[in-house]
Amino acid sequence: MSSPSPSPDRHSISGWGNRPRVEARVRRPRTRQEVAALVEAGFRGIARGLGRAYGDAAVAEEVMDLTRLRRFIAFDEETGCLEAEAGVTLADLLETFVPRGWLPPVVPGTKFVTLGGAVAADIHGKNHHRDGSLGHHLDWIELVRADGATVRCSPEENPDLFHATCGGMGLTGIITRLALRLRRIPSAFIRMDTRKAANLTEIMAAFETADAATYSVAWIDCLAGGPALGRSILMTGEHAEPDELPARRRADPFRIPGRPRLNVPLFLPGWALNHAAMKAFNEIYYRRPLRARSYRDLDRFFFPLDSIGNWNRIYGRRGFIQYQFVLPRDRCADALPRILERIQASGRASFLAVLKLFGPAHPDRPPSLGFPREGYTLALDFPWDDRTERLTPELDALVLEAGGRIYLAKDACMAPATFATMYPQATDVRAQLPDGGPARFASHQSGRLELTP
Amino acid sequence: MSTALILGATSDIALALAAELARAGHDLLLAARDPARLEEDAQDLRVRFGRKVAITPAFDAEALDSHAAWIEALPALPDLAALVFGHLGDEEKALGDPAERARIANVNYTGAVAVADELAVRMAARGSGTLVGISSVAGDRGRGSNLHYGSAKAGFTAFLSGLRNRFRASGVKVVTVKPGFVATRMTEGMDLPARLTATPEKVARDIVRAIPQRDVVYTPWFWRCIMLVIRLVPEPVFKRLKL
Ligand SMILES: Cc1cc2nc3c(=O)[nH]c(=O)nc-3n(C[C@H](O)[C@H](O)[C@H](O)COP(=O)(O)OP(=O)(O)OC[C@H]3O[C@@H](n4cnc5c(N)ncnc54)[C@H](O)[C@@H]3O)c2cc1C
Ligand SMILES: NC(=O)c1ccc[n+]([C@@H]2O[C@H](COP(=O)([O-])OP(=O)(O)OC[C@H]3O[C@@H](n4cnc5c(N)ncnc54)[C@H](OP(=O)(O)O)[C@@H]3O)[C@@H](O)[C@H]2O)c1
Repeated sequence: MSSPSPSPDRHSISGWGNRPRVEARVRRPRTRQEVAALVEAGFRGIARGLGRAYGDAAVAEEVMDLTRLRRFIAFDEETGCLEAEAGVTLADLLETFVPRGWLPPVVPGTKFVTLGGAVAADIHGKNHHRDGSLGHHLDWIELVRADGATVRCSPEENPDLFHATCGGMGLTGIITRLALRLRRIPSAFIRMDTRKAANLTEIMAAFETADAATYSVAWIDCLAGGPALGRSILMTGEHAEPDELPARRRADPFRIPGRPRLNVPLFLPGWALNHAAMKAFNEIYYRRPLRARSYRDLDRFFFPLDSIGNWNRIYGRRGFIQYQFVLPRDRCADALPRILERIQASGRASFLAVLKLFGPAHPDRPPSLGFPREGYTLALDFPWDDRTERLTPELDALVLEAGGRIYLAKDACMAPATFATMYPQATDVRAQLPDGGPARFASHQSGRLELTP
Repeated sequence: MSTALILGATSDIALALAAELARAGHDLLLAARDPARLEEDAQDLRVRFGRKVAITPAFDAEALDSHAAWIEALPALPDLAALVFGHLGDEEKALGDPAERARIANVNYTGAVAVADELAVRMAARGSGTLVGISSVAGDRGRGSNLHYGSAKAGFTAFLSGLRNRFRASGVKVVTVKPGFVATRMTEGMDLPARLTATPEKVARDIVRAIPQRDVVYTPWFWRCIMLVIRLVPEPVFKRLKL
């Protein structure tokens, strides 16, 4: 008996940055057979997970929402290999496997992403300098191609398709299932060490010496200028052994204490986060007394923003962008200060700015559109307005000039020529695009970047 | 170890209920018309909860004569059985089509009664058991937009009440569940008021919480108030409303 085909539904969708917003036909298949059926019936659009990409990567007039493909398939307690459907969320995975002592090898800054979305963006975490991006930890990916065929790929099997699909932003097909190697953890807590760096030189030196840390990331004050340019707070983390934890946690070291979740119920007015407020906040944040060592549960260490639901609404209805780029390591000392100064001159403030030192990209073969490469990555949030619109192409030019690139999971406004220079391997992805077949995979982003016709 | 049987296990509410019951420590027996469709969900439940999850031979609520033999063929009489299957049907069609009319009555009422009878008698003989029947707020008052479905659910609600009364002393507990709007395959494509529409997960949590302590549960809870008001409207007025 065939199951009824899922009916389409119209919804207004956007990425996490709330722009652009599009009226879309949203398909919500329940099984991979239904995915294949929709593709065979001529689906034209893009796969979508939890819509946490900031820009227009998961936006199209027709989207396939994969969040109902959320089944676990198998877990090997010996090797940690987890087979799961692509719509399984990281939150669900953590809830199921952390209590058993397992963690995904790479986690982003929010647990509200799907595994399919994480693979399609080839996400990186605070351990990139040691463990690389998510693609290195996959055994295989299964996807439905434009002709409706289900194809499995891995570094050994259909390797070109595999490297085009990791980080491929949904363009090679709909990922339905995948196998990921989880890693054993001794507890659900991280021993976190924190220290201040008074300027960019200090923070870069601190990152160099933090190379052995499992996790490292810095919050950077993008508003401080002059001798304090680039002042930062570096956080490094190690998995805590149960016997280091306070007595009350030791009995059940894998239990994450619950905490209230706040919510931003409405879009705040656009002026709510003005320059003066952010400057004051940054000042207080940087000046506050820090505990050099503390213990944080996984949620608080990895996903601090998740404790505020819909925080993206603080930027108002016009939305915002996250501008994230990486610069080659040897160009950071000269290019990073220039970029920071350019941002300050624009009068644009960023409330949240995160700096991290990436390790080398995959030694054998990085994903074709993979973002991380050895060097510093900086991520800043800007409310969307005319000033931001003028600023981003200028920043793009500075990043490009230094040989860097922009993260596609965050990108919302890059020009096609910029993209083509930053990502010469885009041709490898184009080679994997369907020719013929009833379906076509394309997003607003792929159209804007001229990645798809 | 306690085993829970879920009848109509391909339903969205059933799958959410299966997860909540497994989380609460039950092994599961999943039953549906097309057992092959349950394989991947059963496997998911095993990986998630580490409980035993088995799929029964095909179960069709409309095969009214088959239920006794079907129950006898189960590995064991379950400790808990949840009747989740249901058929909303096409009300316009039902008005002129004997087959659709009969189907709505048979799935929601006659078939449900038949299988509940057979389970209750056996649980009573054993001296223990819990039956959970998923009825609906639609059974609280007949409305023009779902007269066949609503009346079948009304019958099922009344039956569950009688069953509870009849078998209480034999150790059989009966729980009547009355969901309001739930976002499932049944209501997909309908224009339901978002604020009043619950997720299957919410409904499942409410059901599992209610099992040890309640006879009748509305889910979400506010439907008890809504239905109270709807029941209070005098019939001369009610018949004029477009509902
Ligand atoms: C607060 C926050 C913090 C973040 N921190 C990090 C971080 O530290 N590191 C990092 O790398 N990223 C980070 N991100 C970005 C995020 O991890 C990625 O954008 C991720 O792709 C989002 O997953 P999603 O399920 O929401 O996918 P969506 O946003 O829905 O989709 C993203 C892309 O994946 C594709 N896609 C989704 N599902 C499938 C599928 N099944 N098959 C094929 N293609 C698919 C879409 O077509 C789209 O191109 C962060 C985002 C937020 C909001
Ligand atoms: N959704 C709501 O708003 C709502 C509100 C109140 C009450 N309910 C009740 O909740 C229960 C679950 O429904 P749902 O919302 O989860 O919808 P659903 O996903 O459509 O589930 C209906 C289920 O009934 C099964 N079924 C239909 N005919 C059957 C038969 N002859 N024999 C065996 N199984 C049969 C279906 O099986 P197949 O997969 O084989 O078709 C399906 O699993 C139903 O009793 C429904 O009446 C729902």
